[in-house]
Amino acid sequence: MTMQNKITGRVYVLGDDIDTDQIIPAAHLVYSLEDPEERKKYGEYALSGVPTAQAGLPEGNIPFVKNGEHESEYAIIIAAKNFGCGSSREHAPAALEIAGVEAVIAPTYARIFYRNAVDGGFLIPAESQQSLVPFFHTGDEAVLDLDAKTVTNKRTGESYPINDLGQVSNIIDAGGIFSYARKSGMLKETADA
Amino acid sequence: MSMTITEKILAAHAGLKHVSPGENIWIDADVLMTHDVCGPPTIGIFKKEFGEKAQVFDKNKVVIIPDHYIFTKDMHANRNIDILREFAREHNLPNYYDVGGERYKGVCHVALAEEGWCRPGDVLFGTDSHTCTAGAFGQFATGIGNTDAAFILGTGKLWVKVPETMQFIIDGKIPPHIMAKDIILQIIGDIGVDGASYRTMEFAGSGVEAMTMEDRMTLCNMVIEAGGKNGVVAADAKTEEFVKARTNAPYKIYQNDMDAKYHSTWYYKAEELTPMVAKPHSPDNKASVREVQTEKITRAYIGSCTGGKFSDFVAAAEILKGQQVAVDTFIVPATTEVDRLLRTTMIDGKSMMQVFEDAGAQVGKPSCAACLGGPADTFGRTHGEEICISTTNRNFPGRMGSKSSQVYLASPYTVAASALTGKITDPREFLG
Ligand code: SF4
Repeated sequence: MTMQNKITGRVYVLGDDIDTDQIIPAAHLVYSLEDPEERKKYGEYALSGVPTAQAGLPEGNIPFVKNGEHESEYAIIIAAKNFGCGSSREHAPAALEIAGVEAVIAPTYARIFYRNAVDGGFLIPAESQQSLVPFFHTGDEAVLDLDAKTVTNKRTGESYPINDLGQVSNIIDAGGIFSYARKSGMLKETADA
Repeated sequence: MSMTITEKILAAHAGLKHVSPGENIWIDADVLMTHDVCGPPTIGIFKKEFGEKAQVFDKNKVVIIPDHYIFTKDMHANRNIDILREFAREHNLPNYYDVGGERYKGVCHVALAEEGWCRPGDVLFGTDSHTCTAGAFGQFATGIGNTDAAFILGTGKLWVKVPETMQFIIDGKIPPHIMAKDIILQIIGDIGVDGASYRTMEFAGSGVEAMTMEDRMTLCNMVIEAGGKNGVVAADAKTEEFVKARTNAPYKIYQNDMDAKYHSTWYYKAEELTPMVAKPHSPDNKASVREVQTEKITRAYIGSCTGGKFSDFVAAAEILKGQQVAVDTFIVPATTEVDRLLRTTMIDGKSMMQVFEDAGAQVGKPSCAACLGGPADTFGRTHGEEICISTTNRNFPGRMGSKSSQVYLASPYTVAASALTGKITDPREFLG
């Protein structure tokens, strides 16, 4: 995925410290990420480790992916601090991407999740200046505008600032570390040369 | 200009004289480690990006240690091992520790130390968040994802942001009932699960200097539970002795400059430390054992890269010897070497393994086992509403298998004492 400047979609709201075991429980890490059929399993089980009461705030009990499906109706995740803490499994941002997530918006991220999201080109880890959890309900429609550096809740009409992506924006723009390294001449243009 | 140990290692591997926190730099890897969960997708990305016939950057620097899902009937998990085996064969990799034979090791972070891959001044990247364990050796060691690992596999390089260093000074004589696990649980409880995000956690002071290498590994193992990028303990004579006994490879010892800059410095008096637990469902949900000592448990687990090293079992055996456990108790040696030591080390005429079995514990085969839940047939995995006290490092919801189970993290002493009573128990009740 290379960067789009505007992402519009329904939001799914989560709390603090959503760890990678909640994003994709370890029992499911056995599936192939390359096999086009098998990788759908990651979409099916994305966020399946979140305790049901905290799944889809403020009400909770809202499944991220409907039973038997592998794509979610939510393209944007709004979460509180330290999103993606825990293991280094890249299956976590991959699972979210496979389920159809294009961006996460949280005030802070765990380091490895953030790197993986950027270097693998899976999704945009946008940083809000404060937790936006109180201002969104799961199911609200939101617009994340990366040029204007805002996210807007269409239901309330309110906009909230997003931090500049900083130095990593080059990698995000390129679509991941490999395309970035090719663009900047660090790697040869094509594989199998 | 002055630098910390971590800054010096990073500068040396970037070919720079000086680096400062916040800078993004490209550095050379000395070792790239992967395992059976993240190895196959890493290999997939490597082949896709560099081509089916591409060569790895340096086959002597690639270390593959299957450890997570080893003893299972799950066909997908077994296929992962097949992929690693095939890749190691194709590339003629000398450092592949295959399952099912003499070479098999078990939990990668403990095996890396045993096999001489933890060396002062080196850079170790691993596709596992607990790669930070090796900071105990004065190495820069950090966990990465599959894409980054595939990039290193092809180029030997990766970009990193130079982290700020937080210093944790533990001074004084550590009381005999306190283990490194109690100290790191205290620290994580104090700073929170994101208290060291993007930063280095460095451990120093007379308490740390007196620690064994295994204790220092326990400290560094859990820095990721505070969001840390790496942990570090300055290498000393003890480090050198450990390393030299396992490898002839060169290494380089770095020290902090006198006027090096730290993000913050935290002081702990060793004499004031007390046995700690992390309550469900977060490693920073701290309580002293005294505060929760009537809480009932239904299971005890001793194993993993944090609490499955030889010295962890020596501690557990001190308490379990000649006693009977009151709840299901699972013992999982981290590696085959730990397993061998449990069979050959005698306590009052009995092997340690026998001591555990006589106490009524079940002993599993060396691997990660239920530390991260895993396939349904994993040894020690929770399936229902168990309340487990464990020497592992994470107690997130569902981490040990079942979403409705609860996990308390504690030291091997505390876990063993609790196994005997069926409730959370201060180890001092059983230590002379
Ligand atoms: S023992 Fe647990 S924490 Fe350590 S590498 Fe294995 S799964 Fe990860």
